[in-house]
Amino acid sequence: MAAVAEVRIEQVAREDLVMFVNACFSCTGQREFYGDASGQSVSIEFLHQYILGNYRRLYARTLAAGINHFNQAQIILNLLASGSPAAPEDRGEEGALIAAALRGLPPPRAYRVLESLRARRVNNRRARAIAREYLAGRPDLAFDAVKYRSKLRAAVVHGHVKLEGELGPFLVHGWKKRTYTQPLLEAFRKAHYTQDAVFELPYTVAEGLAQRHGIPRDVFLQRIEPRLTQGERLRLQEAAARDSGQAPPVDLERASLTKLALYILALEPGARKERHAQLHAALERAAARVAGRAPSAPGRVAAVLDNSYSASGSLEKRRRPLGVALAAHYLLSTMARDYRAFWTCPVEDALHVQARGQTDIATPLLEALAWAPDLVVIVSDGYDNDPPHAVAELTRVFRAKLDPARRTALVHVNPVFDADAYAPRSFGTAVPTVGVRDAEDLPTVLGFARFAEGSASLAELEGYLGARVGQLLERDARRRERARAEAEGEVE
Amino acid sequence: MRDSRLIQRLEPAGLRLAPSQVWGGIRIVPVLRDTVRGDLRLARRTYDEPVSVVTLKGGLKEPGLKYCAYVPHAMVMTWGKKEADAVYGTQLQAPDGKRVKVGPFAVRLLHRMVHREDSHQLRMLPLHLAMEGFMAMHFGGPDIAWTEYSREALSHGLNPRIESAVPGWASAALDGALRTFEIHEQQVGVLLFNADVLLSAFVVAHPEDYRALHRTLLEDFYGELLLQYGFLGAAPELKLSLDAGTIGSLEELRAAVTRMRRDWADFHGFMAGGLFGAEVNSERVYEAGAFLLQRFHTSLVPSAENHVGEAIVGEDGTLEYLKTYRLSASQTRRAYLLQQLASAGWKLDAAAKRLNATQDELAVRLHNAGFGYLLKEHVMEAALRRQGRGH
Repeated sequence: MAAVAEVRIEQVAREDLVMFVNACFSCTGQREFYGDASGQSVSIEFLHQYILGNYRRLYARTLAAGINHFNQAQIILNLLASGSPAAPEDRGEEGALIAAALRGLPPPRAYRVLESLRARRVNNRRARAIAREYLAGRPDLAFDAVKYRSKLRAAVVHGHVKLEGELGPFLVHGWKKRTYTQPLLEAFRKAHYTQDAVFELPYTVAEGLAQRHGIPRDVFLQRIEPRLTQGERLRLQEAAARDSGQAPPVDLERASLTKLALYILALEPGARKERHAQLHAALERAAARVAGRAPSAPGRVAAVLDNSYSASGSLEKRRRPLGVALAAHYLLSTMARDYRAFWTCPVEDALHVQARGQTDIATPLLEALAWAPDLVVIVSDGYDNDPPHAVAELTRVFRAKLDPARRTALVHVNPVFDADAYAPRSFGTAVPTVGVRDAEDLPTVLGFARFAEGSASLAELEGYLGARVGQLLERDARRRERARAEAEGEVE
Repeated sequence: MRDSRLIQRLEPAGLRLAPSQVWGGIRIVPVLRDTVRGDLRLARRTYDEPVSVVTLKGGLKEPGLKYCAYVPHAMVMTWGKKEADAVYGTQLQAPDGKRVKVGPFAVRLLHRMVHREDSHQLRMLPLHLAMEGFMAMHFGGPDIAWTEYSREALSHGLNPRIESAVPGWASAALDGALRTFEIHEQQVGVLLFNADVLLSAFVVAHPEDYRALHRTLLEDFYGELLLQYGFLGAAPELKLSLDAGTIGSLEELRAAVTRMRRDWADFHGFMAGGLFGAEVNSERVYEAGAFLLQRFHTSLVPSAENHVGEAIVGEDGTLEYLKTYRLSASQTRRAYLLQQLASAGWKLDAAAKRLNATQDELAVRLHNAGFGYLLKEHVMEAALRRQGRGH
């Protein structure tokens, strides 16, 4: 009897964890096509609290599973808010994980975490140490002090961090009180009084000051152009072309795969056709970069890609499901030896894809299966409605009658989190479903699929997470080593 | 000879149903058309006045028969191959009727329900056309001056005749359902179910027109079941299963999925059985080239599901346009009472006999249906008193 209970306990733990990791791959608490933002955030919040309360060590290790930034930030916050674990080895690992994950986050998100510590009134010794260590590791705090001024100030004041030089007075005593020798801080002060200094500031800070000085938008965009970051360039393409008649030059090759796909989907069909060769090349290059980092290449791959109307996402996540599908199309075609794409609403050229029409996964899936691939990847939000639940039935019968030996592997990759089910919506039990936020995570996510299928045990899952923790910490150590070497090189 | 285009039994000729999409209590069934003729196009013309007054007879500002309602938009119908192609996408907002300021409000005055604007162009008020037909039934009142009827009933008939309906935006579920609905490529219409009860059917001739008109369904009006059944739970997401025993190859699997699709269509056809396949009484409204615009109502038997609607039928009998409204139980009852009275020549005791009731019971039923004003006050009061319902 006890043995049965043990098996059951293990099974429940495994299912809980898989559900949580899956949710952390896809959910961002934002509005989706079918679900509203409040439902999403309540649902993911609950999952976090539930896993934190029941499986603390695995909760921390999930940080290394390749989950999205939103959930990494949530986990860091929840861990810091609930004190350190009792066992010393757990304490060491958790602290290292939190520090490494925080360093890995994009700076705005990392600063948001530090700011939220104040909002949630978390101020224990560990939280202060984490904040201090993070700030000590920043390459250019003066830049952060200008660009993320309020957030950095919150972190400094809340965590009692002593900053060197002029930063303390700049943040705490008020920037008006004195002149600075640090050029960026001085530029920030000056920019309140002269127009020229505005253009030495980061774009997001300069934008508001330019408005205050009444600088015309087109002049502003032209002169701030050298200060734009890569992401800002990509984001501003259309708006700047409209406002100043000239889009800032952007190196499409450097943009990340999913961002690039989303940018292309935001273009008019005519513009996409005109710049076809350039966009196609950029996507292929970005896909090749991701594929180079991926562990192993699958052989013959068929992708069933959902471009139904629901792939248009929501106001907060415009066209994200479709962008993920397009990016996955390029990534898989680069990674696989043999590849074919099957769109739900057939398109001649993937670059001209639109979110339109009903979700008929069954027809392309049947075509894909007829092609006899090793792996079928379905990228869809999981709402098949023509006919409803046909994929679940189809795959069940396919597994039971046509392919009991599992020659063809099926994986469903879902960019949308279903708040009611606390998981990405699935196509029944015959296809493992994994969540995804960026197509770049596809290799990681496909590696995780065997846990979603339920064939691997809890021990294996723990081993998998443990290995990922090791990788994350190693990567972080290498990155810090490199940063230190660079800093020393500059000093010499 | 009877015109074959006039509908006697509503059949979805040339149309096909696809599996439904569910949101909350609303189930929307897409209606697809495989062959599109392309010579009948419908476009939308919006009005933004809170009230429109449609002159049914006589001049625009003269006294006469009027129909007042909230009319959010009209449909402009264009027929003929050349005209339909030319008109598509180049619709200009032609001046239509007259806009008058009444205090803080604006009122639009419109000429008739169906108004010819050009040699191949017609403006019509969707659903109001059918509703007006329904309200005008036996509108004239008693044609023989039986002594029980009041002076008003004899001189003005049923005037004023009032019916209420529910606008689409009163239901948040309908908004969500229309927003998340995924329109098929060949889709020309929808069947709208609330709590799996057919509320309305809407079909046009061309898929592009449907795509443009999809969101207008939110502004149209529906039977009160939209609200009443809106408090019920979500409609179930139905599932059909495949029989694994009969499938041995990929081809058979494909055939099974095709069969599944057909089963869905049959099932939805069955769900809409109160409308499709039902006997209807239709009345011709306008002959537009090869097309016949008509309005119709179903049997009006209180125990059955009843719809009023309007349709355009082509010369080959295909249904090119359809829009229906589900009557509520009380609306059906009112129409039924009037029908029974009229067919008994408005003679109360004969009508009561047809209804298997006494004359007093009929009077009470008239009173309850809101037609108390038809009878003289002392006749009605005496009947109510005898039925134990005195004031």
